[in-house]
Amino acid sequence: MTVSFLILATLTIAGMAAAMGLRNLVHCVLALTLGFAGLAALYLQLGAQFVGFTQILVYVGAVAILAVFAIMMTQSAGGLTQQALSSSWVTGSIVAGAVFAVLAWAICSSAASPQILPSQPEVSVNQIGDALMHRFVLPLEIIGLLLTAALIGAVVLAMQEKREKP
Amino acid sequence: MSPLTSYLLLSALLFSIGLAGALARRSAILVLIGIELMLNAANLNFIAFWRYGPNPAALTGVMFTIFSISVAAAEAAVGLGIILAVYRHAKTTDLDQMDSMKG
Repeated sequence: MTVSFLILATLTIAGMAAAMGLRNLVHCVLALTLGFAGLAALYLQLGAQFVGFTQILVYVGAVAILAVFAIMMTQSAGGLTQQALSSSWVTGSIVAGAVFAVLAWAICSSAASPQILPSQPEVSVNQIGDALMHRFVLPLEIIGLLLTAALIGAVVLAMQEKREKP
Repeated sequence: MSPLTSYLLLSALLFSIGLAGALARRSAILVLIGIELMLNAANLNFIAFWRYGPNPAALTGVMFTIFSISVAAAEAAVGLGIILAVYRHAKTTDLDQMDSMKG
């Protein structure tokens, strides 16, 4: 475990925890972008450059902006008048803590950890494009179809409904 | 502690934070963001297993993460569209007040 991993992990966890814990929704999304950026840096550290930059483009760029737009359009930016936590937050926190305990126990007691560390794999965008066009071409087409359907579906869902004449 | 174990523990912690947010927050937008966090924790697992797995040249983990990010982006767009439609109908994003199915 290196120092850079510790720094990035602390940054990511702090960002994510603040995103889930702050009261003001806009502050939540700002903290969320910090957490996503830390995660992208972790991907870069693991040698997955393409995934790291995709994470920055999609999550820091698109999803955060989309969430900010949703907050603005639903006028819940103030957030101080209403309570932040739901009525069942105690049960929810207990369930989340129990899930983390079970996962941590399973990870620490598993024998899956490799003893010999493989060297850093070299992955170029060229190789990824090659794999996408040969071995993974069917999932790529399906993802294209799914994204088109999601685009149309989101527009139809968010469109203003026309009032029917009585 | 091996590097793989530390990455898996970090991912489990991120998953639990997302789960706690999805279960305990009152705003529908933050519940959706919590689900996104859980998907991101799964992506980190894929990348860590790809990096420390026996065959990193096969690129399977990277590919799965790329597809997972695209599906998560589609899910976020549709989810926020649903939240906007519900807000227009119920005039609130408070999940404790959205407890009737008939409207």
